[in-house]
Amino acid sequence: MIPGLIRRAWLPLLVLGLLAAAPFIGFGAGHALTLLARAMIMALAAVSLWLLVGGAGLVSLGHAAMLGIGAYAVVALDAARITEAAVVVPVAMLAAAGFALLTGAVAIRTSGVHFIMITLAFGQMAFFTAGSLTIYGGDDGYTLYGRSLVAGQRWAEDRLGFHYLCLGLLVAALLGGRVLLASRFGRVLRAARENPERVRALGFSLYPYRLAAYAIAGALAGLAGVLLANAAEFVAPSFLAWQRSGDLLFMVILGGLGSLHGALLGAIAFVLLEEGLSHLTEHWRLIFGPLLVLSVLHLRGGLAGVPGQMAGLLRRAGRPPHA
Amino acid sequence: MPEPILDVEPILEVAGLRKRFGGLAVTDDVSFAVAPGGIHAIIGPNGAGKTTLIHQLSGSLRPDAGRIRFAGRDVTSLPPQRRARLGLARSFQITSVIPGFPVLENVALAVQGRSGGSFRFFRAAAGEARLNAVALAALDQVGLAGRAAALAGALSHGEKRQLELAMALAMQPKLLLLDEPLAGAGPEETTRLVALLSALKRHHTILLVEHDMQAVFALADRISVLVYGRIIATDAPDAIRADAAVRAAYLGEDAPEGEWPEGEWGA
Ligand SMILES: Nc1ncnc2c1ncn2[C@@H]1O[C@H](COP(=O)(O)OP(=O)(O)O)[C@@H](O)[C@H]1O
Ligand SMILES: [Mg+2]
Repeated sequence: MIPGLIRRAWLPLLVLGLLAAAPFIGFGAGHALTLLARAMIMALAAVSLWLLVGGAGLVSLGHAAMLGIGAYAVVALDAARITEAAVVVPVAMLAAAGFALLTGAVAIRTSGVHFIMITLAFGQMAFFTAGSLTIYGGDDGYTLYGRSLVAGQRWAEDRLGFHYLCLGLLVAALLGGRVLLASRFGRVLRAARENPERVRALGFSLYPYRLAAYAIAGALAGLAGVLLANAAEFVAPSFLAWQRSGDLLFMVILGGLGSLHGALLGAIAFVLLEEGLSHLTEHWRLIFGPLLVLSVLHLRGGLAGVPGQMAGLLRRAGRPPHA
Repeated sequence: MPEPILDVEPILEVAGLRKRFGGLAVTDDVSFAVAPGGIHAIIGPNGAGKTTLIHQLSGSLRPDAGRIRFAGRDVTSLPPQRRARLGLARSFQITSVIPGFPVLENVALAVQGRSGGSFRFFRAAAGEARLNAVALAALDQVGLAGRAAALAGALSHGEKRQLELAMALAMQPKLLLLDEPLAGAGPEETTRLVALLSALKRHHTILLVEHDMQAVFALADRISVLVYGRIIATDAPDAIRADAAVRAAYLGEDAPEGEWPEGEWGA
């Protein structure tokens, strides 16, 4: 059981282990922790998007809106001087899930390219709405008075505390996502991704399953939005921009649609690569773009598929030529 | 007092069904009834409209006109999933399974569909002994239990056919719609599938669309002949063999070579 888990998932386990050890192996400085927190928060958002894309086969290009709504829930409560996480987190998750339910009720009726376009359209509506909220700074954004309180404590202000808070939630989301996908509910979603007509012929109406998945993913992205707002202590409409949705989709595809932990690998790789390249040259996007294209072309199964490909290469290399 | 068989309420009743694709009447005033028990076959040359008819019965295509009654209620406007829940199971002419799922899980999903309550989020479905036991029994019935752990996508064509049957059986349906279950199967697989169908018909009602005439005449209790979207005859196999209109339709110049084996006529 345990050796099997390590063989199948050593790469994500290694990444999580490194994240846990990071503050003690030379990444304890403020800047490094800020970067890692951003990577973990993006990974959390990517996990929520993976549930839709990899799990249910719903390719959304409006996922940043869910994240942004979670962040703006923090803003709205902050403006009302409510900063207790026990209030902020459920409100933000419910707000994002509510938006997902409302827009999903329309979007889920479509599929394929139409679904991509309609989620993009709803995302842009949320983006422009955020920009028009002059009480929260409009296009300029809103600076929080402070981070959320955890049970009245300024725990989230502590750099290490926040680091492990993000890591803990990320691990919980990965485990929870696994459980969800393995459940009866998840089985219907996964089957419908592969062959919807067959699943309908077995007596399932797909709409309620997909809508529920959309709301669950929205709630999880809302949670990531709360963390993002806390990490930056600032929220702006750019959080909801379609480019952010595109980035998230890219993380998911880069990581691989074969397994949920691909979202973790894709997001961490994306954020670190973006950071590393931007230090090398100001024209980093010229390198980043082609790198992403190459990875999609050559990494079948994404980053999550790398261990399997490596094992295959090793097996082939170890085999005598004429066996 | 048991009722005489002919007065039994039909499980499926089709009246005045019509479907056009552009200018082509693919289903042209089709009416027939299927009595419970046994195999009712629909035969007809390629392009006669058999698959289109099955699609309308299963609900994946809307008819332009006409009514479909199933298990005592009008299902004409119900979507496929509602008809499935009423007890209508189907197999597809082009095999249709969940390729990335193990064989057992394909069937377990079918069991899950009928057992209700799939809004369950926590327990691992693959470990549900009750679903798996019923699924395994259905696999056993079609002779595929030995392949339960294989990925459905890795099965041979004939095995996928068997899997489709197991999925349909696991739904415990009132009526099985089978669209050319023998298509593409080799001689050995055909023999096995025909034996399987003749075992199934003792406990199930089957509407069978099939090209293989030998198989149809060996299996069917009643046969409807569909030509250019119209049913030209519905009768017992022997009467169909002797029907002049059927012979004309099949032996006319449009009939594909070898579709109606000459040797069958006198048999
Ligand atoms: N979706 C469609 N659009 C247009 N024509 C179709 C469609 N489906 C089937 N047809 C036509 O309807 C006729 C009957 O097809 P089908 O029902 O598949 O026949 P069969 O199953 O008896 O071989 C054929 O001429 C076919 O080309
Ligand atoms: Mg056909």
